[in-house]
Amino acid sequence: MSRDISYEAVMARKNEIMKSSMQLDYEDFILSPIAFDYERMMTATGYTIEDIIRIQQDTKVGNTPLYELKNFTKAVRAISPKGKGARIFVKDEAANASGSFKARRASISAYDAVKKGYQGMIAATSGNYGAAVASQAAQRRLKCIIVQELYDSRGVGQPEIIEKARACEAYGAEVLKLTVGPELFYMLLKTLEETGFFNASLYTPFGIRGVESLGFEIAQQCRHLIGREPDAVVITNAGGGNLTGTARGLRAANVKATRIIACSVDLTGLHMASDRDFNLKSFTTGHTGFGIPFSTWPDRVDVPRNAARPLRYMDEYHLVTQGEVFYITELLTKIEGLERGPAGNISLTAAVSMAREMDEDQVIVVQETEYTGAGKHHNSQLSFARDNGIEIRRGDPADDRPGRTIIIPDHLAQVRSKQQDIDHLRKSYLGNAAAKYPVSNWSEKDVSFLAQDINKTVGWVQSNLPK
Amino acid sequence: MTLVPKGTWVEIEKIVLTPEQRASVLPDETRKVPYVLRVSGFLLESGELGKEVSVKTIIGRNLSGTLKVVNPSFSHGFGKTIPELLTIGTDKEEH
Repeated sequence: MSRDISYEAVMARKNEIMKSSMQLDYEDFILSPIAFDYERMMTATGYTIEDIIRIQQDTKVGNTPLYELKNFTKAVRAISPKGKGARIFVKDEAANASGSFKARRASISAYDAVKKGYQGMIAATSGNYGAAVASQAAQRRLKCIIVQELYDSRGVGQPEIIEKARACEAYGAEVLKLTVGPELFYMLLKTLEETGFFNASLYTPFGIRGVESLGFEIAQQCRHLIGREPDAVVITNAGGGNLTGTARGLRAANVKATRIIACSVDLTGLHMASDRDFNLKSFTTGHTGFGIPFSTWPDRVDVPRNAARPLRYMDEYHLVTQGEVFYITELLTKIEGLERGPAGNISLTAAVSMAREMDEDQVIVVQETEYTGAGKHHNSQLSFARDNGIEIRRGDPADDRPGRTIIIPDHLAQVRSKQQDIDHLRKSYLGNAAAKYPVSNWSEKDVSFLAQDINKTVGWVQSNLPK
Repeated sequence: MTLVPKGTWVEIEKIVLTPEQRASVLPDETRKVPYVLRVSGFLLESGELGKEVSVKTIIGRNLSGTLKVVNPSFSHGFGKTIPELLTIGTDKEEH
C-alpha cells in the first residue's frame, strides 16, 4: 500500500520522519511539553570544540580573518563625544567555502551524515544555508536537495533568493523551488521520506555546535591581536542559531564579560507567509519577522526541540532599518574596500551605532560578513524594491516604513540602532510557553528550564508568571 | 508543436497542494493560490511544452510535472543603478 502523502498525513508522521532522518531521538531529552535537557542534547552530538574545528578544517570552513575597520572607527569618532568611539573589528566570514558563516552550521551535519551512512542530505532554507549545505555535501560526496521558498504566485522572486537558488545548483544540488507558504515544512518531510536522506535542519544540535567555532576563534584572535577579549560582539539575529552558537563558542573559550548583542532589520508590519508581502522585503533574513518570533518561542521549527535559543545568551537586542544597512554596506565598500552582502552587514550597522556610546579603548566585534554579487548586492535589492513601487530616497531613517519606503541616511550620525526592551521579549516568551502548556501544570523543572532559557532567575520567572 | 528532445535540460512545474489542500492558517492572499513546485532536470523522454513529462534531476531522482521551460537560466543581476548610493563615502559628502 502506498503511503498517504496528503498535507495532514505527512505532518502527522513528523516525529518518525525526524527520528529516521537524523538518528537522534529527542524523546531522550524531553522533560515536559516545554522543558528539555538542553545541555545534554548539545553534548549528545558527541563532538568537542576541538573535533568541530578539525572537521571544519577538512572542508574549507573557519579560521577566517578578523579585520580592524580603522576608517569606520575614525568616522565614528568624528561624530562622537570626546573619548568615545570604540574600535570596530569584523570577522570576514565571507571567506568560508560558500561565502558565509552558514558553512560552519552545515559542516558538522555533513560530517555526521557520512558517518551515519546516509547517501544525501536535505535542508529547507531560502538563505545562505542552502549554498552552505550544498557546498559541504559536494565536498563529502553526498547528494543534496535544497527545499526553497522562491517565488510569489506570479512566479516573481526576490533577486537575493534567486541568487541563492543559483548558488545551490552551482554546487550540484537539486533545488525544489516553491511558492510562498509555510508548507515548505511539509515538502521537506515528504522529500525526507521519499529519499531517506539526512535532515540537515538549521536547528539541530549539529548545526548550532558548528557555529561555536566562530565565537571560539573571535576570543583567540582578539587575545592575539589586542591582548584581551572584546567588550561586545554584535550578532545578526533571525532564527537564533548564529547568536546561540557564537555565544556558546565564546563561553567555550572562557570569555565571561563580553556583552552579546543581537541585531535585526526592522520589518515590522510585513507578514512572512503573505504572497503579497513576500517581494516587498529587501532583506530575506536577519529581520524581525524571524528574529522576534524565534527569540520569544524557539520551538517553532522543523525539529522537535530547537538547539538555537537566543534569549539564553542575549544581553541586548537592537533593531536597524533597511536603509541604514544599505548605507553602511555602501560605506564599507567605499571606505574599507570590502564589498560584502547587505544581510551580512546588519550587525555592522548596529555596531557602528553602538561604538559611538562606547569608550575609545573599548572593542566591538562584528562577527560576520557574507559574499555579494548579482542578486545579493545592495544595488540589486534597491533596484528591485524601486521596481516594486517602494519609495527610495535619502533622508532621516526614522521615516523608514517597511514595505513602503526605504530611507538611506544622509549622514553617518543618523544611523542609530534602537534598543529593544529585552524583558518584554522574555515575558512574551513566558506567555508563549503558557499557551503551549498551562502555567498551572508547570513543575519546578519547568520553571527552572524557563529561567535558564531566558537567562533569568527562577524568582524572576515566578514574579512574572503569565496571567 | 515542436518536440523537445530527450536529454534536454528543462524546468517542470507541479501543483503540490491545491488551495483546498493547503495548510489551515494562511493569509487570505496566500490561501487562494495553489502551492507550486518548479524543479530542473534532464528530460527522460521527448516531450512538448505544456505537457506532462518526467525528468531526471541533477542528483538522479525521477520527477514528473508540466514542461515549462527549455534550458532554464538565471538572469538576475545588479539591477538599475541607484543614484542615491553613488556619493556615499566619497568626497562629495561627509560621513
